[in-house]
Amino acid sequence: MNALELDFVRRYPKGAQIRAALSLPDEGVTVLFGPSGAGKSTVLRCLAGLDRPQEGFIRFGRETWFDESTFVPAQRRRIGMLFQDYALFPHLTAQQNIEYGANPQAAKEAARLLRVEALLPRKPAQLSGGERQRVALARALATRPRLLLLDEPLSALDAPARDELRLELRGVLLAAKVPALVVTHDRAEAMALGDRLAVLAEGSIRQAGPVHEVFSSPNDLIVARVVGTENVAPARIVVRDAGLAQVLVGETRLSALDPGGLSENVYACIRAEEVILEGAPHSQTSARNELPGTVVSLAPEGPLVRVVLDCGFRLVALITKNSTQDLRLVPGARVAALIKAPAIRLVPR
Amino acid sequence: MDLPALRLSLLLATLTSLSLLVLGLPLAQWLAGARFKGKPVVEALVSLPLVLPPTVLGFYLLVAMGARSPIGRAWIWLTGKPLAFSFEGLLIASIVYGLPFAVQPFIAALSQVDRRLVEASYTLGASPLETFFRIGLPLAAPGIIAGAVLTFAHALGEFGVVLMVGGNIAGETRTLSISIFDSVEQLDYAAANATSLFLLAVSFAVLLLVSSLRRKA
Repeated sequence: MNALELDFVRRYPKGAQIRAALSLPDEGVTVLFGPSGAGKSTVLRCLAGLDRPQEGFIRFGRETWFDESTFVPAQRRRIGMLFQDYALFPHLTAQQNIEYGANPQAAKEAARLLRVEALLPRKPAQLSGGERQRVALARALATRPRLLLLDEPLSALDAPARDELRLELRGVLLAAKVPALVVTHDRAEAMALGDRLAVLAEGSIRQAGPVHEVFSSPNDLIVARVVGTENVAPARIVVRDAGLAQVLVGETRLSALDPGGLSENVYACIRAEEVILEGAPHSQTSARNELPGTVVSLAPEGPLVRVVLDCGFRLVALITKNSTQDLRLVPGARVAALIKAPAIRLVPR
Repeated sequence: MDLPALRLSLLLATLTSLSLLVLGLPLAQWLAGARFKGKPVVEALVSLPLVLPPTVLGFYLLVAMGARSPIGRAWIWLTGKPLAFSFEGLLIASIVYGLPFAVQPFIAALSQVDRRLVEASYTLGASPLETFFRIGLPLAAPGIIAGAVLTFAHALGEFGVVLMVGGNIAGETRTLSISIFDSVEQLDYAAANATSLFLLAVSFAVLLLVSSLRRKA
């Protein structure tokens, strides 16, 4: 059974609106993903009872939190919310913050789970960003909430604190044994925290499913852009045969899986991680998506390097530093890019 | 110095400030948070005593408290005494006149409390009233105290409304500023000087206190 079911419309005074339709299972972490300004926080606020949608419903288990005739205020929803800037009460100590809505025993357990016992006598101003995040999370968990809502939980932190907490946060969320909805616009955060991913863009939830599935198989161009499939190129289907489609991207012919039901004009989406590079090609032709090209630029990205190629169209590949050294990649170098047919996703144009 | 007048003024100012804390805080919290159609009208009504000549306000209050008005009659029925030219009448007038001096700083202080903290309190299960006492009030405290202190100082020196509503009855309605006026009328400049100096010192001390509270807020 789904713990949380929602389908509502929230209108803004200036005419824009968001339609949010989603269901959450009764355990696990769902990430609400989307670009800044897509309305992710608004969805979260409606679920918390801090904003009121104009129509639709929000149901939690057998309770109705919102419909035409019902509005359950935040106080009676028994949810735990982590605000983007944590919203710790500045005049209270960490301990008083955690005990604010909880009994002392539950507060103690939450403090232990988040490893903040040593910080309890301090006020928020005396805590680092990471420590504040832990205290705020302990405060949310101490009330033994039935649903956890986290608004950009790591965005206010510096990079080292973020890396440390990202790993721990998922464990904490799972330990709570209640459904969690985490808002983020950061891909790494979404992949590290989520079991499921819902993409909110251009006014509605466009796709929801297991994280890897949404990231690797976007339903449409908007989702592809939002989840960061780097290579999105206009293409034309020229041949369809036994579940495969031959498409033309500029002058280049690629072989892809045919999802069916597409008209001739499509977008070809290729994730940069799926592009394999090897040294200059021996022969020119290939039916297995071997594309000759030249390196345009190289940019390091953590342990990886983002390589931009010109293969008759712009193709981005994400490969390891070692590979760039082995292949002696420099701007202007000749390479061959390999893309497996299933890694090319065709979406309607 | 006119000691009965000093005693009376201190009592009046203290009761006015306390009454305005009790009445003004809910009003300020409502005006700071609510959005409704008639809000500008309510705000203008609250601020009216700032611009209205004290004699005009005093005149209307006097008429409202008179033995022929419903309020005046109800008061006589309840207490057996007339409201006009009594200390109680003076207190009511002082509260009405002091309203903006209390409510405006209260609104400023309360609307500086971060909305997210209030919302965080709601998600932790606290009612709006509980949130007001545990979050809003402590965080707005310096501004609220500053407002109450200003109200006190203002009520201590009020003249026009007091003269209209209270008249000049020793021990009942003769406050410090009326005592100064009286002394000058009787050409007793020494007495007027002593009382004026006292009020000047008090006013200056109050402003110092308020500015140090503002820095804290």
